[in-house]
Amino acid sequence: MFLINCPYCGERDQQEFKAGGEAHIERPKHPTELSDDEWAEYLFMRKNIKGVQFERWNHAHGCRKWFNMARDTSNDEIKAIYKMGEKPPTQ
Amino acid sequence: MKNKYSIFSLFKNALSYHENWQRAWKDPAPKKEYDAVIVGGGGHGLATAYYLAKKHNMQNIAVVEKGWIGGGNTGRNTTIIRSNYLWDASAGLYDHALKIWEGLSQELNYNVMFSQRGVMNLAHNLQDVRDLKRRTHANRLNGIDAVYLNTEEVKKFCPIINTSQDIRYPVLGGTLQRRAGTARHDAVAWGYARGADEMGVDIIQNCEVKSIKRSGDTVEGIETTKGFIKTKKIGVVAAGHSSVVANMAGLKLPLESKPLQALVSEPVKPIIDTVVMSNAVHAYVSQSDKGELVIGAGTDDYISYSQKGSHQIVEGTLNAILELYPIFSRMRMLRQWGGIVDICPDASPILSKTSIKGLYFNCGWGTGGFKATPGSGDLFAHTIANDEPHKLNAAFNLNRFVSGDLVDEHGAAAVAH
Repeated sequence: MFLINCPYCGERDQQEFKAGGEAHIERPKHPTELSDDEWAEYLFMRKNIKGVQFERWNHAHGCRKWFNMARDTSNDEIKAIYKMGEKPPTQ
Repeated sequence: MKNKYSIFSLFKNALSYHENWQRAWKDPAPKKEYDAVIVGGGGHGLATAYYLAKKHNMQNIAVVEKGWIGGGNTGRNTTIIRSNYLWDASAGLYDHALKIWEGLSQELNYNVMFSQRGVMNLAHNLQDVRDLKRRTHANRLNGIDAVYLNTEEVKKFCPIINTSQDIRYPVLGGTLQRRAGTARHDAVAWGYARGADEMGVDIIQNCEVKSIKRSGDTVEGIETTKGFIKTKKIGVVAAGHSSVVANMAGLKLPLESKPLQALVSEPVKPIIDTVVMSNAVHAYVSQSDKGELVIGAGTDDYISYSQKGSHQIVEGTLNAILELYPIFSRMRMLRQWGGIVDICPDASPILSKTSIKGLYFNCGWGTGGFKATPGSGDLFAHTIANDEPHKLNAAFNLNRFVSGDLVDEHGAAAVAH
């Protein structure tokens, strides 16, 4: 349980948010040309990182907007929060 | 050779104040090379080693564990055992385990306190009723005992349940598997460890895997905190940390690791002599032999390896528990904890070969792996020894995420994930 600084609403309880899993998984540009292996990779395979992970969150019980987060999954420490469409922080 | 545990050995050792019991397993340093190495010394890993030694004549093997054996999810679960799964593949897998549970204490000469007290799953809405009836029929077709109970029968089987139709989620019925029940989780790890050790398996604790060495598409060994161990076969049974080990080999798995919480109350006199689970309100409860109520909560929706869950998850579970069992309203909770569970998109496990020769994964058990411990070990041992899955775990291969032939037990498994 932790506090999340929504880029639109400010700091709120994590209870208001919904986690959306790994971020920056790009939707295939040419879905009809994808092999089964590529579909599996896109749909199911996840990095599931122990350490700093980029992920999507939704302020479900607030502004209902999506945003990205860099979070250390080994201790739940939030490293950075950035908006959809922005590049992940390099540090 | 291990001395046999019996009433006589108990009496004999009582005379020397229980100070001269034989060691249950050794504490060896790793050898340079093994025929197979199991990564992860939980129940599933130790069972795998036990059956590799016992049924496949592979005694030159080791189990490496980064902490102490049984200190992960084996010691953190709510000890429920059942096999009333919907799909044929799952029914085969879990009932195989249940059949081994029934003779396990005798086989291991170790009391795992397996208690067939029954597991009841409640229905709270019309869809639940339809789903549970369907599952009852599916179970019976697969030779698994299951009965559907109406509200009065639920009340008769577990009188402390509030069956008033005026509550937010009234009890409309339920299913009962009488062969299901609970077991002592630590004893399962210790029993398998003792059995495996007796057959020559090295159980190496405080030994964390740091990397997996490959030559092309074949494994060569593992680098650990206790040095390099050469081996041709690696069976990874690392539960919540499966993805971490897979990443060492350059593999990606369809898993997400999340905290799952449980809690126990202060000990009280016997009040509930069965296991009651509810999918819709997400609450399940049983009573340990010490008298504590053992309560299972849900998973958080975010990935975390912190072994800490969110408070509102526990709160939601206790709300549901109190509505179903008003008699517990003044109980105090003693302890709460979290474990990291690795969840597959279809809520079914993976017991499989991989694209790398000699690397096998047993993972993805999600929120319900304890019940399968003996069966999982048996089938995974078969898969490692023969380099081919047993017919009971053939459906649980890694390739199902490519072929689309999923074993979709979400919701169908009678418990929320």
